[in-house]
Amino acid sequence: MADISLVDVSKRFGTMDAVRDLSLSVADGEFVVLLGPTGAGKTTTLRLIAGLERPDHGSVVIRGRDVTRQMPAERDVAFVFQQYSLYPHLTVYDNLAFPLRSPARRMNEAFIRRRVQNVAELLHIGQKLANRATALSGGEMQRVAIGRALVREPAVYLMDEPLSSLDAKLRAELRLELKRIQRELGTTILYVTHDQIEAMTMADRIGVLSDGVLIQLGTPREIYERPKSAYVASRLGTPPINLMPAELLASQSPPAQARTVGLRTEHIRILSADRPGPRARVHWVEHLGDQNHVHLKLDAHPLVTLADPAQELKAGDEVSLEFLEPLYFDQSGDRIVTDRART
Amino acid sequence: MSTVAAHSVAEPSQLAKTIGGMLVATYAIIAILPLLWIFLTSFKTPTDSISYPPKIISESSVEGYVNLFTTRTRQTPEFLASLPPPQTWYERLVRSRNMVIAGPSKVVPRFINSIVIGFGSTFLAVCLGTIAAYAFSRFRVPLADDLLFFILSTRMMPPIAVAIPIYLMFRNLGLTDTKLGMILLYTAVNVSLAVWLLKGFIDEIPREYEEAAMVDGYSRLQAFFKVVLPQAITGIAATAIFCLIFAWNEYAFAVLLTSGDAQTMPPFIPFIIGEGGQDWPAVAAATTLFFLPILLFTVLLRRHLLRGITFGAVRK
Repeated sequence: MADISLVDVSKRFGTMDAVRDLSLSVADGEFVVLLGPTGAGKTTTLRLIAGLERPDHGSVVIRGRDVTRQMPAERDVAFVFQQYSLYPHLTVYDNLAFPLRSPARRMNEAFIRRRVQNVAELLHIGQKLANRATALSGGEMQRVAIGRALVREPAVYLMDEPLSSLDAKLRAELRLELKRIQRELGTTILYVTHDQIEAMTMADRIGVLSDGVLIQLGTPREIYERPKSAYVASRLGTPPINLMPAELLASQSPPAQARTVGLRTEHIRILSADRPGPRARVHWVEHLGDQNHVHLKLDAHPLVTLADPAQELKAGDEVSLEFLEPLYFDQSGDRIVTDRART
Repeated sequence: MSTVAAHSVAEPSQLAKTIGGMLVATYAIIAILPLLWIFLTSFKTPTDSISYPPKIISESSVEGYVNLFTTRTRQTPEFLASLPPPQTWYERLVRSRNMVIAGPSKVVPRFINSIVIGFGSTFLAVCLGTIAAYAFSRFRVPLADDLLFFILSTRMMPPIAVAIPIYLMFRNLGLTDTKLGMILLYTAVNVSLAVWLLKGFIDEIPREYEEAAMVDGYSRLQAFFKVVLPQAITGIAATAIFCLIFAWNEYAFAVLLTSGDAQTMPPFIPFIIGEGGQDWPAVAAATTLFFLPILLFTVLLRRHLLRGITFGAVRK
């Protein structure tokens, strides 16, 4: 295990900047998640580290060694692809043994068997070793794909949305498992996702990317509570943060430069109409069982928040709102540091 | 479930299946009948083979095959009587027609020529085609589209249009009537087909396979052999069949460029002449032997061929 860093790396595809002046360090044993929408440059970043793409400028350093010009095979990284990465012509066992049999390593077969067995146990696919890779369920395939990375002890594991093709239940299961394995083995992982739950639950640090630029890097709490910009704030939270014009909250005396106010569900309290405060009308209520998604109209602006099902709201109700220390953003979308958020 | 399936949109109805089956059977009969006729003719006596109305069932005879493999001379009954009695069944058969065997015919060397040239050119075309198709599929080849079009354009003219230039070229290079020359010629014709077919197959193989292998410690070449080739085997088999069928059946260039040492079966068969005209049972015997290898090759690879033809049409 070792640390990796990208120094001022840029990569263009044709006229599109996939990654721009990106610098990022991942410490030994750290789990870093890159979060961003499709096309933000997450996958390109991983591919640059793996050596599947060569940067236009900047350098890639693994274990203190500049590997920018090296072939993927020489870099000592493991890559888990989003899909397709199992060889359909091989059995599960041979798929798992494949990296260990590479000319770069050439382990002896007894060692390979032990190693594959161990990893198969760890991922609960011990019974499936003799199966063809194509005879597995989606979840099992993804486990094998992760297993194929785990049989090695590379400097870093690069994972490109490894759970995105799975159903919700399996995703939750493997998420926990992956985090457990990472803790147990102390591995370094750089993980790409657009799923905020994966990012929040697994990451030691989250890096938020937009259009090839790393906007903010910090712990999940930092990113959630002290987002650098409205863009970062909108990446996390369900339902997503409500961004509205600041003058709507004139009663809260927002900072002078504030143009936009960000209201997460915990910033909004719904009170009965007889209490003082800004008036809103309930537009729609989605019942999720343990909680309700309430769609409100504050003047003409839609607002989505959570409410306790005990609070019996229905469409058409008039309510009063209370706002608790919301986030303020200035004209360029940067967050204005206020007292609460500084702590 | 069965009651539901009867009205399923995806599942063809019983009637549709029956009609489909009948259409396929009709087509199969039409397609197989000439082959069957050739096969039957090869076992007829020369007289039966040209009798009118044609005889479907006739006295069976292997004379066609004996005549195909031998050259014979007619002798006077006095001379034949002076010979020692025939040693083998085929000598007896020939003797009964008042002839003696003068020696083997040229069918075996011609058949070997067909095998060497057909399989040799197929092997070369598929090898070159696979490598070229991989490059076109995976690398940013400058002017890739133009090059691919150029490769395809070599098949746009009728082959006979280039017959004379090729004939002159071969004569100057000393390739006329050589197996090497024919292998090179058929490879050149087939390689364009191979590149185009195989590019389709290789495009279908996700890059992630090789990339995973490369990250796992394999070089690109090793990843190509370990991962891409096994995945492409279906496409390679299908391509090989198409190339082989072309090289095997090619007639025009074979007539023009070969006469002896490198002559293949197609120009040889029509010139199997018996006494007083075409020896039809012998011609039929040659044709039967000629289509057997392709039949065998196709039957052996039929699973790959079927998958190969539908490959690329269906998204997984």
